[in-house]
Amino acid sequence: MTPHFNTPPAQPHPASTTSRRLRAAVFSTDHRVIGIQYLVLALISVIIGTILSLLMRIHLVWPDWPLPLHGQILPEDYLALVTIHGTVMLFFVLTTAPQAGFGNLILPAQIGARSMAFPALNAASFWLTAAALLTLLSSTFVPGGAAISGWTAYPPLSAIASSGPGQALGMDLWLASIALFATASTISSINTLTTIIRNRCNGMTWDRLPLTVWGWFTAALLSIIAFSVLLAAILLLLCDRHAGTSFFLPNGDLVNGILHQGGNGSPLLWLHLFWFFGHPEVYIAILPGMGLTSMLLANFSHRRVFAYRTMITTTLLIGLLGILLWGHHMFVAGLNPFASSAFSISTMAIALPAAAKVLSWLATTWRSRPSYKTPMLFSLGFVSLFITGGLTGPILAQPILDEYLHNTFFVVAHFHLIMAMAGVFGLYAATYYWFPLITATRNHPGRLLSEPLGHLHFWCTLLGAYAVFLPMHLTGLAGEPRHYAQLTGISGPGGSLSPAGVLLSSTLPLNRFITYAAIFLATAQLVFLFNLVSSLRKGKFAQTNPWQATTLEWHPSMNPFPPLHASDTPDISVHRAPCQYQSNKIEISFLPQWEPILLAQDEIVDATDTKPE
Amino acid sequence: MICSRLTSACLPSLWLDRAAIRSPWLLPRDASIHGLALDRHLLLNLWIALALLALAHLILLTGLLTRRRSEPTHLWRIEYLPLAALSLLFASLTLKAERLWAASRYTGASPTALQVEVTGVQFAWYFRYPGPDATFGITHPSLVAPGEGNPLGLSSSDPHSADDIVSSQLVLPANREVDLRLRAQDVIHGFSIPEMRLKQNAVPGQTIHLHFTPTTPGTYAILCTQLCGLGHYRMNATLLILPPDQFASWLAAKLAAKQKAAP
Repeated sequence: MTPHFNTPPAQPHPASTTSRRLRAAVFSTDHRVIGIQYLVLALISVIIGTILSLLMRIHLVWPDWPLPLHGQILPEDYLALVTIHGTVMLFFVLTTAPQAGFGNLILPAQIGARSMAFPALNAASFWLTAAALLTLLSSTFVPGGAAISGWTAYPPLSAIASSGPGQALGMDLWLASIALFATASTISSINTLTTIIRNRCNGMTWDRLPLTVWGWFTAALLSIIAFSVLLAAILLLLCDRHAGTSFFLPNGDLVNGILHQGGNGSPLLWLHLFWFFGHPEVYIAILPGMGLTSMLLANFSHRRVFAYRTMITTTLLIGLLGILLWGHHMFVAGLNPFASSAFSISTMAIALPAAAKVLSWLATTWRSRPSYKTPMLFSLGFVSLFITGGLTGPILAQPILDEYLHNTFFVVAHFHLIMAMAGVFGLYAATYYWFPLITATRNHPGRLLSEPLGHLHFWCTLLGAYAVFLPMHLTGLAGEPRHYAQLTGISGPGGSLSPAGVLLSSTLPLNRFITYAAIFLATAQLVFLFNLVSSLRKGKFAQTNPWQATTLEWHPSMNPFPPLHASDTPDISVHRAPCQYQSNKIEISFLPQWEPILLAQDEIVDATDTKPE
Repeated sequence: MICSRLTSACLPSLWLDRAAIRSPWLLPRDASIHGLALDRHLLLNLWIALALLALAHLILLTGLLTRRRSEPTHLWRIEYLPLAALSLLFASLTLKAERLWAASRYTGASPTALQVEVTGVQFAWYFRYPGPDATFGITHPSLVAPGEGNPLGLSSSDPHSADDIVSSQLVLPANREVDLRLRAQDVIHGFSIPEMRLKQNAVPGQTIHLHFTPTTPGTYAILCTQLCGLGHYRMNATLLILPPDQFASWLAAKLAAKQKAAP
């Protein structure tokens, strides 16, 4: 069913003005409204995903705890929690919020465009995403419950309904949801790319684009490549499930008494297709955050971004290498060992552009005495988490070490630090930084989130993130596998522990600590929610350019909006690269991109020298 | 001199290797031949990661705490030189890792290795020994009948299957190379023995070989490490490593029991 976003305002039977206005507000084609809609969707998703993860953590260490209104969490419930947690967080939070949410809200302003290239398509992709989320969540309530095969949905587990509860209608809904999401992402990425290519204002050359825009650009390129492959894979899997094909099913596969005969396919084909999508996906989630971190560190350090052009290159290089290393998820999957060696080298190679970014961040903040506003703190947190999570990447990239670490909690720790936590820190930095632009209206300027609450939120979140995910390295090294609903093994005669039980239960004390830390981390987010709600209504009004930013989204015409039609606003043009800060001057310390040069020539020689190298 | 530096860099890792055996939260004790080198390389990697982590945070914090100065401009010294050093570091780690990987995976087991077939089924592992004829009998999925004691679908019409021994425990002799052939009946399973530093998925439709040599007699955990359904967490088995003579008598007893049961 197509959502009715495109309903023209003129109806055959006239509706009342309020309902028409409401419909116009809800099914808006205004990119700012759509951006906020995406962010609200991501906020709902992250709350759901966090609650699911808490239920998992609680079940792991107190397996007998009955969930109110549900009862005891069964092993299949645990796997459904894993699946929906992963899917919601990765797709509906880490892909949606940075790329589609802030991408819509900020990107056009940052390149001096009045709107996105395709407003109607933009609204369409939001409503498709919303439909995808509803489809996914509804799968919890169908017979058998939600899918239990994880966010990677390996066949034959995902291809045959008899392979477990949730693998019948629940799995179909999961596939339908991700197919909708993939379609929405592709549409939205085409929109983003076209906007960046076609709608830049005068003077916004490619090397003057803020690094956030380079992040969105590269992530959109990756989205188009990756999500189209995922969509194809999902259609093939749906055919295997309902049309009798055998793309992923080998001849003679026997699941729960049901024998598959006929075509001879390979489950490995799914792994290739899925990870060809799945690895770029994690870069889609983190690239906008990396761009934002570069820009915010420079902004609050009152410095230029160190090695600006190298940062553009490394962003593109990470994108390029990102599609060449999917095989590192498959070292022990049954791949040819020579292929593992090749994928190991391409994976090690991506450590270098990532390290180049870290070096630039360190150099940008080096002896800068930055102002520690909350967005800056979260950006510094991003750097710290990116380093900590990133350093275990080269370890996992070595097939011989992956032979021990694959699918242990070491991997869980790695990707939660570098993708989930760093990604969320990027989102928090963006929210605290751009909150005035989110809340600005035609009537009043935007509001700021409370700084004291922001500081409290930052320190608790940083502490909590490390307390949850650092110990997971240790339980992983001790051998704790992922996706285990219980850590006691099957007891032998007389309740004695099996060797597996001994191995697994030795991690229980540390797992208990991790659960306490997870509860602390989740509770700390209530500070943010409180800050959000109270600042939306009573937050301090922000100045036009509260952070002394140099990028276009802080142009005076953005906050508050002038009471003019878009066509009447003055033309915006760009005169220089972003982050032109003069280090040792107090009165004129920065030059925004939009400011024409009005200063004496000798004062700005330094500032207009756009080449950082 | 470089050599001696490298040795001294490796020394703490060797020292930790010993310590790790007793710590409940680090690697469990290794009981295979190839595992020693793997552990050493893993611990070296962990130390390097820890050192880089400390160094990066030290630079970050020093930069934040010291007085403001004009911004750094030495692109080569700050960006490209450290990158070159990191490239060298990562290249040497990759090289070492590739050599270990090649040693364990590029070539198959020696022809004298003990042959055992491992089959993953929701939610159990079965281990099959070919018996005195050294040949595995044919199996067919349509013959699978766990209730009738034929979980693998062994074909009774094949003469090779008469002496095949199927066990739910993996029993192996110490210090003899083993050639495992991994199969899966229904969905993908992950065959993993942490203490043997082994992990390999068993994929339906494929037979994947994996070889190793256990050293220390004892009992070890076999886990499933690829999400395979609701019983994934309990898809465990036990590996029993016996001295060679005890293994021979175990095998003989199994064979005798099988022949007694057969008409």
